[in-house]
Amino acid sequence: MSTLQTAGTRRWRRRGGNLGASLLAWALAVLFVVPFLWMLSSSLKRNIDVFTLPIRWIPDPVHWANYAEVWIGEKSMVTYYVNSLIVTLTGVLGDLTTSAMAGYAFARLKFRGRNKIFLLYLATAIIPAQLLLVPRFMFFQQLGLYDTLWALILPGVFTVYGTFLLRQAFAAAPDALGEAGRIDGANEWQVFWRVYLPLMRPMLAALAIISFVSTWNDYETPLVMLTTPSNFTIPLGLTTFADSEGGISAGLAMAAAVSALVPVAAAFVIFQRQFVEALAHSGIK
Amino acid sequence: MSAGTFPAGADGRTGDTRKRRRVAGQSGHVGWLFLAPNLVGFLSFTLLPLLTAIAIAFTSWNVVSGYAGITFVGLANFAEALGDGALWGAVGRTLLYASIGVSASMMGGLGLALLLNRDIAGRTLLRVLFFLPHVVTSVAIGLVWLLLLNPDSGPVNAGLRALGADTPPDWLVSQTWGLPSLVMIAVWSAVGYNAVIYLSALQAVPVDLYEAAAIDGAGAFRRFTTVTWPALMPTTTFLAITMTIGQSQGFGLIAFLTQGGPGESTTTLSYYMYQQGFQFYRFGYAAAVGMISFVGVLLLTAFFWRFQKGRGLYT
Repeated sequence: MSTLQTAGTRRWRRRGGNLGASLLAWALAVLFVVPFLWMLSSSLKRNIDVFTLPIRWIPDPVHWANYAEVWIGEKSMVTYYVNSLIVTLTGVLGDLTTSAMAGYAFARLKFRGRNKIFLLYLATAIIPAQLLLVPRFMFFQQLGLYDTLWALILPGVFTVYGTFLLRQAFAAAPDALGEAGRIDGANEWQVFWRVYLPLMRPMLAALAIISFVSTWNDYETPLVMLTTPSNFTIPLGLTTFADSEGGISAGLAMAAAVSALVPVAAAFVIFQRQFVEALAHSGIK
Repeated sequence: MSAGTFPAGADGRTGDTRKRRRVAGQSGHVGWLFLAPNLVGFLSFTLLPLLTAIAIAFTSWNVVSGYAGITFVGLANFAEALGDGALWGAVGRTLLYASIGVSASMMGGLGLALLLNRDIAGRTLLRVLFFLPHVVTSVAIGLVWLLLLNPDSGPVNAGLRALGADTPPDWLVSQTWGLPSLVMIAVWSAVGYNAVIYLSALQAVPVDLYEAAAIDGAGAFRRFTTVTWPALMPTTTFLAITMTIGQSQGFGLIAFLTQGGPGESTTTLSYYMYQQGFQFYRFGYAAAVGMISFVGVLLLTAFFWRFQKGRGLYT
């Protein structure tokens, strides 16, 4: 594949259509951006100003009180943020560690039953996560971990997806490197850690971002596993800004939503290349 | 091959000596050691729960009766589910939600990808903007659309009234418009993902094929049908399968925005299962519903897989 010249490297240039195409693309982009701009703009308005017409995109005066209430008010997002950070960071680190080691074992080490176990992993990949929620709920209740962050952390530390992604990446690395390492007297851990793992950096980065985004945004697991508000992660915490009967406080809710999405949006913008490549890679292979 | 200095070489568990020599220095227990952390998690949080889910689907059990109250009921849960209009209603809504959601976001995604594959201004930024909804939690997405689609004061209906619509839809609070509203929001947040996957596939299409087609006198439309579309077939299949699995399990937006209502008008299969399991605590029944929906998704996946066979460029 890589020896072929691709449409990406030498794009079809048809100057005539480009202005029109650019205008069309930017017009469509408005559809995707406007709700976020409205969210941001409303988060800086008093409630009574949120729905005034015509829409005032630049709030006047800028009303910072929503953010003050979101962060230092009664239902502070700080708790949800801390919980989300704990769950997400341990989850990502754990997922990277277990996936890299297992991926290495599946791709580069030989042991009895290896292929059968890998097939078993793959077979469970399309099982709906929802089907597993009921028994997980029961297990965590039995273990006394229901309504604790452990119920979110533990299952996230082992993903079939991450294992699969890294197994493919390790399998694509050259054999000769490991052999050279072994001749130099490196043991299998050193071969893994010093020889092969550094080559996996792009794939590890990609998995880290995918794992970060999906854990940070997960709503269903905390909804099922948590009941105490002080244990809530951000998506569940966000709902507490919306569920007062008789209409939500629009400006406050938007300030909470903006606060919730900033870390993922920032991570995505910074690492978008790795993110997109990982998605594309896992899709086409 | 490498020298057998590595200490873990001889554990003697593999019967085939020739094979073991071929992989000198790597044998049984090192592999198991590397696999162990992951395998423990896989067994405890995936395989064991799966087997448990299958087992309890054949039992009657609710949280009140506790573990002592588990009774084997054979196929009763399945019989109840399959004989229940509520389940079939949910199946119908799931099919509607997923089929429109998947096809619209795939077609939209392909369209956007073809646009972005041209030499247009600000391509990278555009890619980020289109993709952004996909990385934002469904609750934040839900919150903003809840306000935008508010029937009385929301900007969407304000816009429609300004355009002359006297009675714009009630969107999320309406029996008729609830499901279409959810589909629309789901498509809005998934289009960019599809576009990005399609775009990277488009960029891998060999240029020679377009040149050959152009030499043969093929116009833009024929180049698309004879080169682009077949070359994209693996991607299309991948997206059809993963999007179908994802959309048919769509949960966040529904749970947050409509809780399956008004009435049952937005109760899809995944929300129905959640209700049965975690609101009514009918674990056995919920597990049976989960298995039924899993079999459904499996059949759809197999269908897409067969459909693409022999249609792709590389197969």
